Amino acid sequence: MTTISESRFDALLAADERIEPRDEMPEAYRATLIRQIAQHAHSEIIGMQPEGNWLTRAPSLRRKAILLAKVQDEAGHGLYLYAAAETLGVSRTELLDALHTGRQRYSSIFNYPTLTWADVGAIGWLVDGAAIVNQIPLTRCSFGPYARAMVRICQEESFHQRQGYESLHTLARGTEGQRAMAQDAVDRWWWPSLMMFGPPDATSTHSSRSTEWKIKRHSNDELRQRFVDLCVPQAEILGLTLPDADLRWNEQTGHYDYGEIDWAEFKAVLDGDGPCNRQRIERRTQAHRDGQWVRDAAAAYQAKHGQTPAARGTEGTDR
Amino acid sequence: MSNARALTALTKTLKPLDGYALALGDDALISSHRLSEWLTYAPDLEEEVALANIALDQLGQARHLLGFAGRSSGLSEDELAYQRVDREYRNSLLAELPNGDFAHTILRLFFFSTYQRLLYAGLTASADGELAAFAAKAAVEVGYHHEYAVSWTLRLGDGTEESHDRAAAALAELWPYTAELFAVDEDVAALAAEGLVPDPESLAGPWSEQVGTVLAQATLGTAPSGTWRPSGGRAGLHTEALGYLLAEMQSVHRAHPGATW
Repeated sequence: MTTISESRFDALLAADERIEPRDEMPEAYRATLIRQIAQHAHSEIIGMQPEGNWLTRAPSLRRKAILLAKVQDEAGHGLYLYAAAETLGVSRTELLDALHTGRQRYSSIFNYPTLTWADVGAIGWLVDGAAIVNQIPLTRCSFGPYARAMVRICQEESFHQRQGYESLHTLARGTEGQRAMAQDAVDRWWWPSLMMFGPPDATSTHSSRSTEWKIKRHSNDELRQRFVDLCVPQAEILGLTLPDADLRWNEQTGHYDYGEIDWAEFKAVLDGDGPCNRQRIERRTQAHRDGQWVRDAAAAYQAKHGQTPAARGTEGTDR
Repeated sequence: MSNARALTALTKTLKPLDGYALALGDDALISSHRLSEWLTYAPDLEEEVALANIALDQLGQARHLLGFAGRSSGLSEDELAYQRVDREYRNSLLAELPNGDFAHTILRLFFFSTYQRLLYAGLTASADGELAAFAAKAAVEVGYHHEYAVSWTLRLGDGTEESHDRAAAALAELWPYTAELFAVDEDVAALAAEGLVPDPESLAGPWSEQVGTVLAQATLGTAPSGTWRPSGGRAGLHTEALGYLLAEMQSVHRAHPGATW
């Protein structure tokens, strides 16, 4: 049975207007958004790990600064997205618990290891590039806080993507060793990046309802094709090869055809059997466990003094 | 500069003011490196952001200071950062000690940012215009680092029993290393006499007073006693920890001689 508030929800959707946290919404819509925004937030913070792996080894101070700023941005995106999810009535603590216990997922791409410095560039170019293609339509998603978070995040992601591309470009034009490193990284990250768009349309379980709710505006395969079409000319400029013998321009469709994606690998990584699934979650839960006494100390201080040290300090100067 | 021996010779013959900037730059570079080791392991997301931000500020200061230090000898920031060995590094020992737990990291940051804030404030009066301008900008940054470190020193010291004990242990362990920050050698004494840099000894009094006030408020008591005051960092005599830090930091750079990044 349709209630009055749900018909208002439907009317807002039909008028392409934003649903705000104070608006009533179907429980399934709320649950879908919580799942999606949380997964996105989790991806930001787990995604800090593969790149964070190279923070202490960045080969120039300029690259070190760029990478530090990027990893910091990812933590910031995580904060921002958890806050967007909180507008739907869940807490960050609950969501982190769902991540730590495997009840909620993060993007499978981060279960691959970063084996050389060139992986940092390849992630910037391909992984951030794929994320942008996925996320730009979300800036028009029906839920206001998520759409607005996406505007800011997409701006920063495109900055990261350009920096990754530029780093890879430098390697590709560098010494023989650097060039080999760059090609190897692209060889390893290309296919997992294509998997970031999710299963083929024929088998995607969440797509149709999300489309009706205007959370999702394009199908997985449409976005994947858009990404391939963007990357092929960029790879040519880099002078690097994409590891797909079937990749070729199709005059009829006006798009690049590409080879068969290994969906068995995708499913294995999604189900927990990727190269780094265990270590990513172990690192995250270890940080959380080891930080418990610190969070407890902050809570105890606040309980004793009724305020944070910063507020207390300000008060002190008035005396 | 691919010849490590020639580089060694050059850093040994740096002009005193360049050598001074190199020491400050090394402090900032090594601090930044240690802070960056926290990323993905911080106790909360807000701390990930804050520690990254401080690491980034310190790295920015390091780049400025290394650039300044190498300019008249034709050495780039990367040559100085990636091609010197640990005996050529001039940072204080406090900066290079392994992170330990969050209490160790916070206490170190508290000691260090209190020192840097006083140092940069003094350096804004330098007769060298470029260093003075750098210090004015850096002083604002380390003001925030100091604020962050103080707020956590208070929370840890006056939080739970466990956090208090951990902060007290960090205080006892790190305190002896703070003396080195105020040591004066011949070069620095001469620079101070010319009004180019603040006299390190003149910073010790205000530092002790500011640190003491916060420690008392944090219920961490007074400074530990004892006579062991390790030093040598400014002369390139480091702890065993620095060699590992540099081996990691320099590994990619050194594996590709002559490459640009």
